[in-house]
Parts: sequence; structure tokens; C-alpha cells
Amino acid sequence: MGVRTWIEGWPVYRQLTGTDPLGRGAAARSPHTDALTPRTETADSVARSVCPYCAVGCGQRVFVKDGTVTQIEGDPDSPISRGRLCPKGSASKSLVTSDRRQRTVLYRRPYGPQWEPLDLDTAMDMIADRVVKTRAQTWQDRDDAGRPLNRTMGIASLGGATLDNEENYLIKKLFTALGAIQIENQARI
Amino acid sequence: MQDLVNADCIIIQGSNMAEAHPVGFQWVMEAKARGATVIHVDPRFTRTSAVSDDFLPIRAGSDIAFLGGVVNHILTRGLDFREYVLAYTNAATIVNANFKDTEDLDGLFSGYDDETHAYDTSTWQYEGHEEHGPGAAESHVARETAAAQQHESHGRPLPTQTLRDETLQHPRCVYQILKRHFARYTPEVVERVCGVSREDFATVCDAWTRNSGRDRTTALVYSVGWTQHSVGVQYIRTGAIIQLLLGNMGRPGGGVLALRGHASIQGSTDIPTLFNLLPGYLPMPHHEQHETYRQWVDAIRHPGQKGFWADAGAYCASLLKAYFGENATADNDWGYGFLPRITGDHGTYRTTLDMIDGKVKGYFLLGQNPAIGSAHGRAQRLGMANLDWLVVRDLYLIESATFWKDGPEVATGEIVPEDCRTEVFFLPAASHVEKEGTFTQTQRVLQWREKAVEPPEDCRSELWFFYQLGRLVRDKLAGSTLGRDRAVHALAWTYPVGGERHDEPSAEAVLREINGYDVETGEALPGYLQLKDDGSTACGCWIYSGVFADGVNQAARRKPGREQDLTAAEWGWAWPMNRRIMYNRASADPEGRPWSARKAYVWWDPDKGEWTGKDIPDFEKTKPPTYRPPEDATGPAALAGDDPFIQQGDGKGWLFAPGGLIDGPMPTHYEPVESPVRNPLYGQQANPTRKVYDRSDSLLNPAPPEPHAEVFPYVFSTSRLTEHHTAGGMSRQLAYLSELQPEMFIEVSPALADERGLAHLGWAHVVTARAAIEARVLVTERMRPLRVDDRMIHQVWLPYHFGFAGLVTGDAANDLIGIALDPNVLIQESKVGTCDVRPGRRPVGPALLGYLADYRRRAGLDNGHHAPLRTVPARHQGES
Repeated sequence: MGVRTWIEGWPVYRQLTGTDPLGRGAAARSPHTDALTPRTETADSVARSVCPYCAVGCGQRVFVKDGTVTQIEGDPDSPISRGRLCPKGSASKSLVTSDRRQRTVLYRRPYGPQWEPLDLDTAMDMIADRVVKTRAQTWQDRDDAGRPLNRTMGIASLGGATLDNEENYLIKKLFTALGAIQIENQARI
Repeated sequence: MQDLVNADCIIIQGSNMAEAHPVGFQWVMEAKARGATVIHVDPRFTRTSAVSDDFLPIRAGSDIAFLGGVVNHILTRGLDFREYVLAYTNAATIVNANFKDTEDLDGLFSGYDDETHAYDTSTWQYEGHEEHGPGAAESHVARETAAAQQHESHGRPLPTQTLRDETLQHPRCVYQILKRHFARYTPEVVERVCGVSREDFATVCDAWTRNSGRDRTTALVYSVGWTQHSVGVQYIRTGAIIQLLLGNMGRPGGGVLALRGHASIQGSTDIPTLFNLLPGYLPMPHHEQHETYRQWVDAIRHPGQKGFWADAGAYCASLLKAYFGENATADNDWGYGFLPRITGDHGTYRTTLDMIDGKVKGYFLLGQNPAIGSAHGRAQRLGMANLDWLVVRDLYLIESATFWKDGPEVATGEIVPEDCRTEVFFLPAASHVEKEGTFTQTQRVLQWREKAVEPPEDCRSELWFFYQLGRLVRDKLAGSTLGRDRAVHALAWTYPVGGERHDEPSAEAVLREINGYDVETGEALPGYLQLKDDGSTACGCWIYSGVFADGVNQAARRKPGREQDLTAAEWGWAWPMNRRIMYNRASADPEGRPWSARKAYVWWDPDKGEWTGKDIPDFEKTKPPTYRPPEDATGPAALAGDDPFIQQGDGKGWLFAPGGLIDGPMPTHYEPVESPVRNPLYGQQANPTRKVYDRSDSLLNPAPPEPHAEVFPYVFSTSRLTEHHTAGGMSRQLAYLSELQPEMFIEVSPALADERGLAHLGWAHVVTARAAIEARVLVTERMRPLRVDDRMIHQVWLPYHFGFAGLVTGDAANDLIGIALDPNVLIQESKVGTCDVRPGRRPVGPALLGYLADYRRRAGLDNGHHAPLRTVPARHQGES
């Protein structure tokens, strides 16, 4: 490294002689700074998504590297949000990647003092058993006048406003066939 | 949303848009930069108020009096947009001679039945239509089943012919009835009821009327600050009446915008996970009213009526074909007999109380956290503690999953973990980037999300969960010959699967079924006009038909906004038929010409013989403005060329609603169920048709003329912070958001801080008949006492995001709130209630129960007392 390069590499020199007298731009750069690239540039793929919080429907771009979400940004193409996100939308990467997120099934047996781990397939089978059993125990075929009821009042469900239309469709379709009618979501709140 | 920039004035009331919908608010700011006047009306000075041209503080729960004052201002001065009002609203229609107003009956309309607390609405009907009004018994059923919701997009059935007086002078025409009804809502009354000064009120009236008409439009924006009241639907009705009188509906920069708070809460209403609806606002069959398929279809299409609901047979048959496939045949009425029947109120609050009573055994929670997010949190938690089994599907361990070990009732001893029998399954959910599918945002636009990554470990989508659950249950019941299992066998439950694990059903295949297809060819249908009632088409939600037109996922369209005009018709897809402003035929005059060059939007092109413009016309494309239906026409053919409100039974915007509403054909000021003041306008104190549950674990604070209202002297309201979301399950678990808003607080005025000895940043607690919660005190001038009916009313405000699980925790504001519901839609009154506020922290442990019991005793509630729905005159009070 020559002396001249060495001196020019000194931020104070660049600050005094260059176009950045306040030292908040070019003068403050280092080789480390120059070597940095935004995560958005090195992503393997970008998915076009929509913010999961309120109903404005801001466009999101979800950047993925090595199978992991590395960044979520506002989508400038969206005519609704024009690239902006609010604090919640900006934090939505943590919503997905936080280590506080519960990623495995937990089970609390009746009167149990603590959670226990449970295999997903086993949990699904147990839940299906309970649906079948509760439905049988609480089934109502007809009302007092003999008109059809075809239902169970023993099973209820709450939720849907944070879910996809396709999901709500299958939820209502299945519950209707099962005769479960106490199906509600945030829209009632 | 973007259309707000076309507004000349924006009135925001019942919403803190800048805080709760900040990115949408950019369009308000852009409109303001272009010269629009922005006015905010709210109990509290907020971030929205800070950037508005005018802010008016108002007493929570008095908005109908305020808006009624605006109606009165318009009608007494003749400031309505007369040409629009005459042609497009029911202003000229003559109403039944026996109709009696709240002005005649001291706060009740004609037809009130003291037995059912519901109205016989025959006297509310148009002249000559008396037999079409439901009686009180039918209205009672309609309230129990939130039937008004089934009319979200259509309105009550009506015969096509009505008597009209085009001069608007007939004493029984809607215009004159409306004028008389609102005559009492003078600026003096507004001041007395709402605490809004006459000068401030004049500013709003002037801005609203000056910025409406042929050449100018005003937009009205609200959120749940209007919805969550015992008269919430009538709040919105009053706003709609103003917008119709001023000619702002169906026009650019106009309308009534509901800002909704969850990513697909609009979608979950359209494709409902609601007890009283099937997809596309078809009613869930009622055991009495809809015993047969024909009764069900006729109740929707109402033979002889105008408009697009006349084709309901096609929507119904196609839904059943989508549900039951080849097992839906003409011989079995498309499988109508498989459908379960509702018998009354099966809403979420009824269900919660049924859990407490042990009637509900199993409960699924799907991305919702009632332990914190629903009114009367204690009832929610006690209900869940009395289940056989509970399945919680969420991203995080929310309070509704852990209440049995760390909820507030564990501290008071009301829930003892080793005595709590509820079996709990927590199944982790896939996040929004780990699955594909559509959200429907607040302006009815469906936007498709691509999947970015596979869900980790045990995390799965609801699509996976319900598809697999359905498969498992069907397998378990495969050998059954029981009648009750026929619907399960008959269900069309085959979807292509994919994903890394080869078991995720295809969301596109489901969306295609929602769109509808030709049963024989399997081809996607272009729209709902192609639906048939003969079983040849299947369609999962008729209003979404067209989202997969041409076999293309239209919701996935992503043409950048900068390459399109403001309407951005090629971004996503809006129901119905990609129309961005509904009823946009009204943006042209009766002859089909734009009302003005400045407000041109959709118009008739006489050369081409079709409607054209900046949006897809919400009208039959080639029906000329001059079209007049033959006398015997029904359905769409009965709509004249100048009937823009094409889903209404008479094609008109309703200033007076002859049906469809439980609590009256016109809005009337009632006090909130919990109020510190007597209704200054009528003997009737609160909504006489409200829905309450008369039991000792669902108490409401007393309000005048009941005694002891002074025990809870203050008014409280709750709402959102930018940094949190609803019950906190998606925000209090995240580090950045928790750091930005770390603690529960209560906002009070300096005057109240003085009165109660509250110190800024110190502790206070808030008490109602249901709960006492504690919070840090924030003393600001953003809250101010208002003079109402010659006394000072103090209002306090709380965020409702906090709970006992997460990175940041705090007492839950919803614990304070009682269960009093709007009769039309069964939504709770959570934007206004009464409370006491005390300095210091609340008692803990069992001492808390004694503390609350003392309040209830002083309030006269310890015997479970409830105020009668119809107000008993004050002289009879005291003995109860």
C-alpha cells in the first residue's frame, strides 16, 4: 500500500478534502462497507406476497436464501401501498423467523400440569377421533316438529379473518358436512 | 383505497386511520396535498386528528345524534343533490299511512312488541306493500340469526312497483318522513348530546355539503369505532343517508369506506366462517323458514323482485354442486337435505356462554385469540376451561392456548390447573409466506400470495389441516350407514396435492372451485351470469365467480400500479366482476352522462351502445339509460336504465329502509347500553331491540334511569396502536414491536387525573361489573372532558392489545367489556362502556374477587339485575 493510498484511506483526510465535510457519506466508507451487499440482492428467490396484518392489503416482497426468509419489504409495484409498509408489516420477517415461534405440536392432557410433546400424525388422529365421538354424542337429527336439523351443537370454531379465502372455504365446507354450525370469526367481533 | 385522492373532502369518524391503517392513510394525505379538506371526529385527539384540517372531539356513543344533525342541516336548507336524490334514491316513495316515528312514540317506532322486544314491520313498508313486512316473531328470528348480514349485498326483497311523488311534497314520502324524523337534531341538540360546539359542528356541515354535488365529492371513512356499538349498523346507515342525500355514492372520491382490521376479514365474510351465512351471503338454512330447498331459494330470490338476487336459484344449486359433486342431483334437490339447520342465535358470544354451561364439548381456534380479543375475557377463559377438548392453531403460544396454567383466573383461584379438564392440542400454523392463497382486502380486492418457503417442522396451513382432518374423519366413518354420516360421505373432497411433503392441497384448485366450473367440461366459468340452476355448473361462491376467468388466476395479476391508471384494474381482482367502485352507474346522470367533467367515471357511449369509462360498469353493459322495464318484468330485466343500485329490490338507494333492519327504518339516537347520562331525546334510553344475555355471569353496568349509574361514572373506549395487532398474538411476540410499545396504559385528561389523583406514569386501575384491570397512566390533553347535558363527562382510552403471554404483557382491556350486541349483526358494544378509575394497582389473587363483588353490590347488580330492554319510566324505578 502506497503512502498516498494510505492517507486517502484515512476518513478524516477524505472528510477534509472531499465532498463530504460532515463525514456522513463517502468519507465514512471503509472497505468493509464497500464489501457489504443488501440481502435483497443475494436472495435466491423473491415471492410476491401480501402483508398479514390489517386489511389495507399492502404488497410485500419476500426474499429467500437457502430456504430461509432473509428479508420482507414493501412491493413498489402495488398500486395500493406503493412500496410502503407500516411498523407491523416491516416486522413481519420476525413474525415468520422468530425463535419464539412454536414449531412443534404440544399436548396438554386433561388435568395435566404441563405441556407434553406429541407427534403431528398422532395429534391429527386424536383430533379426528374426538370430532367423530363428540359429533355422535351431541347429534341432533330433528326438531320437536320433526323438521330436519342435521347438526351437532357440541363442536364450535372461531377464526378465519387472518386466513386465506381458500382455507375459509374448506373450513366451512367440511364443518357444514359434519353438521357443526357454531363457526365464527373476527368479523363478528 | 386509491380513489380517496379523488375526494374534495374526507370525513373520518369512528376510525383512527393514521394509526390503525397507516399505509392506506397515504391516500388521505395525498388528497390533502391536492387540496382536499380532511376532518376527524373522535372522542380522542389522535395521529389522525394531528394531520386533519379540523378535529372535533365527540362523546363516545353519540355519533347518530351528530350525523343526524348533519342530515337535518341538509334537509332544512335544501342542500341535497336533488337530481341524484330524485332519480337514484327512494326519497319520492310513499310509505304506509300507519307508520309512526320515534318522534311520535318517545323513542320507539310503530310495531314494537313487548314480548319479543322486536318490531312488526308491516307499518314500515312502502304504501301497498304492507304484507311484505315481517311480523315481530319473524323479526325476532332475524335478530337471533343476524339476518341483516345476509343482506350485506342485496337488501330486503321488495315488489318492483312503488308509489312515488316526484315533487317530494307528499307528507308520507320518504323525503318528508326523513325531514320530520331528523328535525329535532338541531345544532343545539348536537351540542347537548355530543358535546360538540355549534361552531365546530357548522364547520363540518359546511365542508361536507360544500364539497358534494355535481362537481365535487366527499368520502366518508369509518372503522370499528362505528361498528362495535349496540346501534352500530344504524351508525353506518346514518352515514349512508348523508352520502345518498349529497349524491356521493357510486362516484369517484365518494362512498362510505369501511376500513377493516384483518388481512382477510372481508374474505372471511364473503366466504364466511360465520354461523348464519353460506358463501356469497346465502343464508344458512333455518329449520322453520327454510325447511325445503324451494323455501330456501325463494326466501333469497323472492319471486317477482328486481335485481340480480332473482337468479339465486343458480347460486344455490351451484354451491351445492361444489359441495357435494355428483351426489348433488335434481332428485335430491342438489343435496339440500345434507345441510345442517340453524334454529336461532349461534354467534360466538352465545357459544361462549354455552361452553360455561357445558353444552359445547370441542372448540377449534384458528388464528384467533378470544381469551384476549373477545369481549368479557373472563367468560371466554372460563368457557374454554370447561371444554372436553380444544384445538389451538396459531404461530405462537397465545393466551387462548395457555389460560389453564397462567391466566388471570389461575391467580384468583377460579381455574385450578389440576382441576381443569380441558384437553388442549396446540398445532403450529404455517405463516403467510409458507402457503399460497388469496386475501380479500378492505376494498374487496383479492390478492394472491406466492409461497416463499415450506412451513417448518410441524407447522401446516389451515388448508392442509382441514383437508387432512376431513380425510381422516371420512375414513373413520367410511363403514357407517347412519343417516347423519351421509353428508360426510357425499362431500366432494378430492383435491390435487403438492408441496415438498406431497400432502398440501392445491390452493389454486380450491380457488378454481370457488370461481366455478362447467360440470361437464370442467372449464372455469367467466362469471356469475353463467351460473345455472340445473346442476350443470358448480360454484363455491357466486360473488367470486370470475376470479378464475379464462382459466387464469386473476387474483395473481401484478401489473405495476405505475403502468396503470388510478383504478389499477389489472392488479388483483375485485368482486363482483372486477368492479372497483360498486354502484358506479350512479357516477353518471339519469341520461348516462357524467355529472361533470371533473367527476367523470362511468358513462353511456351512445355510439357504441354501451357503458364505458374508467372502471368496469356495475350495470348491464348494453342496457341504455332510457330502458324502461315492461310491467311484468322481474330480476335484472326489471331494473330500469337509471336504477343504479342493482342489488336492491327497487333499484334505489335507501334513505328509509322498509326492511332488513331489526331496530328501525331510520337511525335514532339511543344511549349506549352503559352510559352515565339519561337519553336527552327520548324516554327510551338504549336500543330497545338490542341483544343481551340475561344471566349473572354476563352483567352490564347500570345506566339511567336505573339507579346506581354513579358507581361507574366515566366513559371508556378502546382501540389500536400502530405497533400492535388485535389481541397481540402477532405483535407482542415480536421483539421490535414489543420494544416500540412495551406496556399497557390508560390515557386520561389532566382534569380527570386531578379528580381521581392519578399521577402521570403512575398506576391506575379501571373497574367494571366484569373486571378490574391495571395500567400505567398517561395524562394528556388529547383526552378532554366534554360538557353533555349540563354536566362534565370524562372519557378515558385504553389499547386492547395486551394480555398475559408474550414478550410484553399487561392486563387485557377486553376483560372490562360486557356482552351487549347490535341486534342486526350480533356484534358487541366494545367502543363505549362505563367504568370507575382509581389510582394505584388493582388487588391481586382472591382479594380481586371480593373487590369486584363490592362494586357489583353497590351497583345493585349482585342479584344479577339487568335493565329492561324497553325503558321503564323513572317513577317506577327504585324497587328493582
